[in-house]
Amino acid sequence: MTEAAAPLHAAEAGRSLWADAWRRLKANRAAVVSAVYLVLMALACVFGPLFTGHAFTTIYPDYVRTPPSFAAHPFPEEIDGALAEALRRARVEPTAWKQHGGRIEVTVASTRPIDPRIGRYLDRSSSFEGAQVISIAPDGLSLTLSAELERQRFLFGTDNTGRDLLTRTLVAGRVSLAIGLLAGFVAVTIGVLYGAAAGYFGGRVDEAMMRFVDVLYSLPFIFLVIMLVVFLGRNFMLMFLAVGAVLWLDMARIVRGQALAIRRQEYVQAAQALGVSPFGILWRHVIPNTLGPVAVYMTLLVPQVIILESFLSYLGLGVQEPLSSWGVLIAQGAKNIPSANWLLIFPSIFLTSTLFALNFLGDGLRDALDPRDR
Amino acid sequence: MISYALRRLVTAVPTLFVIITISFFLMRLAPGGPFSQERGLNPTVKENLDRLYRLDEPLWRQYLDYLGNLARGDFGPSYNLPDFTVADLFRVGLPVSVELGAAALTLALLLGTLLGVVAALRQNRPTDYAVTALATAGSTIPTFVVAPLYQLVFALTLAWVPVAGWGGGALVNKIGPVVVLALPQIAIVARLMRASMIEALTSHHVRTARALGLSDLTVIVRHALRGAVLPVVSYAGPAAAALLTGSVVVESVFAIPGVGRYFVDAALNRDYTLVMGTVVVIAVFVIVFNLVVDLLYAVIDPRVRHD
Repeated sequence: MTEAAAPLHAAEAGRSLWADAWRRLKANRAAVVSAVYLVLMALACVFGPLFTGHAFTTIYPDYVRTPPSFAAHPFPEEIDGALAEALRRARVEPTAWKQHGGRIEVTVASTRPIDPRIGRYLDRSSSFEGAQVISIAPDGLSLTLSAELERQRFLFGTDNTGRDLLTRTLVAGRVSLAIGLLAGFVAVTIGVLYGAAAGYFGGRVDEAMMRFVDVLYSLPFIFLVIMLVVFLGRNFMLMFLAVGAVLWLDMARIVRGQALAIRRQEYVQAAQALGVSPFGILWRHVIPNTLGPVAVYMTLLVPQVIILESFLSYLGLGVQEPLSSWGVLIAQGAKNIPSANWLLIFPSIFLTSTLFALNFLGDGLRDALDPRDR
Repeated sequence: MISYALRRLVTAVPTLFVIITISFFLMRLAPGGPFSQERGLNPTVKENLDRLYRLDEPLWRQYLDYLGNLARGDFGPSYNLPDFTVADLFRVGLPVSVELGAAALTLALLLGTLLGVVAALRQNRPTDYAVTALATAGSTIPTFVVAPLYQLVFALTLAWVPVAGWGGGALVNKIGPVVVLALPQIAIVARLMRASMIEALTSHHVRTARALGLSDLTVIVRHALRGAVLPVVSYAGPAAAALLTGSVVVESVFAIPGVGRYFVDAALNRDYTLVMGTVVVIAVFVIVFNLVVDLLYAVIDPRVRHD
């Protein structure tokens, strides 16, 4: 091509499959909104816990099963109980307390002289900090303390042991999304390599490889998963492999079908004639040409993995405390619905909305990559 | 057709054999045993238990014994529920699971088909969008979310139904499990039905029927629906097998004494005979319903012949 001819050709340059698909995907509003939502969800889960002001393992004994609220705790009606609880350990009686903005003043009394270091007991409570003694009665049997209220916000409320549900939901989201992506990736990798090899080599190799897939298909799916969990123990990292290792069967079948067609294409025959090794052909020609359906299937696989992981966690076979996943939180929420329904509702919203977004994105990708199948 | 069915049942035996063999050895490869988990179990007691259940024999002997007993219809004793045989457990639990599953399946097939047909007839209109939205929601929201939400809304807030329990099979106790089981199936059936009905409505034979001046109802029910229902029929086979053998989530959330939990519990407790029993029961259901589907196919679509 001469330099002068280049601009002419560029004007009518064909769009590649991927550019074309990208254009169609951008035109699909549901898919774009879903993609943006998923990115925001992932960012919120990865970075959100840094900004909630709580660690996902921090236990606030004063705030067990606190309902969700925008206001900062402790509420006036909670101070009384928190004071009584903190001072009971100091073996003194609060006789009166007043609130001045963010501080409280409390007068305590006892039958024995009170140690002025008593403020420590208030500091230890999750409701107060910076306690100081303002005045001591001459007989030493009563004194007045001033302490700052330790402000806590629990937008999603707290769980059974007094941990912030918002932080826990976000951290759980990390686990669920990471498992979804990684197990999806494991399943796709195994499935693509296996299916491409079976389809490309064909004949007896194909026959043997696909009969193996059929055998695995015929076993009850949940049995396979449970056996894997039993083998591997309840190990968080191995869960990825277990789940991924079970879900590759569909992928292998899809890719095999593609590979069977691709191996009869002229460019594959040309590569064979040029003496390219079978693995070179697989890697350079067969696998790249199966990636369209693979991309579609992967987006539909990720929600399946997330559901499966949640299901296993729901049964108590998945992620273990103190880590959690959306499935774990939903299972705990389901046990607490009479007294604390927010424990069920918030994780359910997170899980369900993510699944919806993944489905819409998957549908969008399918329409974009395979316009025949509308 | 009868000889075809018999032939299919005979060829099911090797399939069943392969499934049983793989499951048997796969399960035995897992570490631990039915009596190795109880803490503080006296070694002599464990030895005696192992001898009683012949777990001390070589694996291949146990395997052959199991196959022999199975051939005589003996599923063996349950290790973790020593008062029951596996057959007892299924005799008690299976009717419960089958009853709920059958109700859910019927509901799903009727409602799903109806919704799918209506959506196809009103394609790209509000009714269609409503059905599609419902179908997306039904197939996306997992059962373990729907079930507790149902309890929260209908049992705890509105107090229309009991929260959980079987209640001796009272109708109000069954509503929740059946609806929760049916929802995802309704969604999938509606989706399948809508897609195939849209295709059927544009096909030549339906156009011909219309041109002959047949009424809308006749065209839809007798001509379009008959062909369009085939994908639903082939989906219904595996779905029926799955529904009738119980659901872990639904049965544990609603405290239903069915067989759904057996699999998980038995595998975790290494209750070998109960695991094997569950595998066999599920496999038989799958094989039988796939056969039923193939036979139904021939009834519905005369082009399909089983000679």
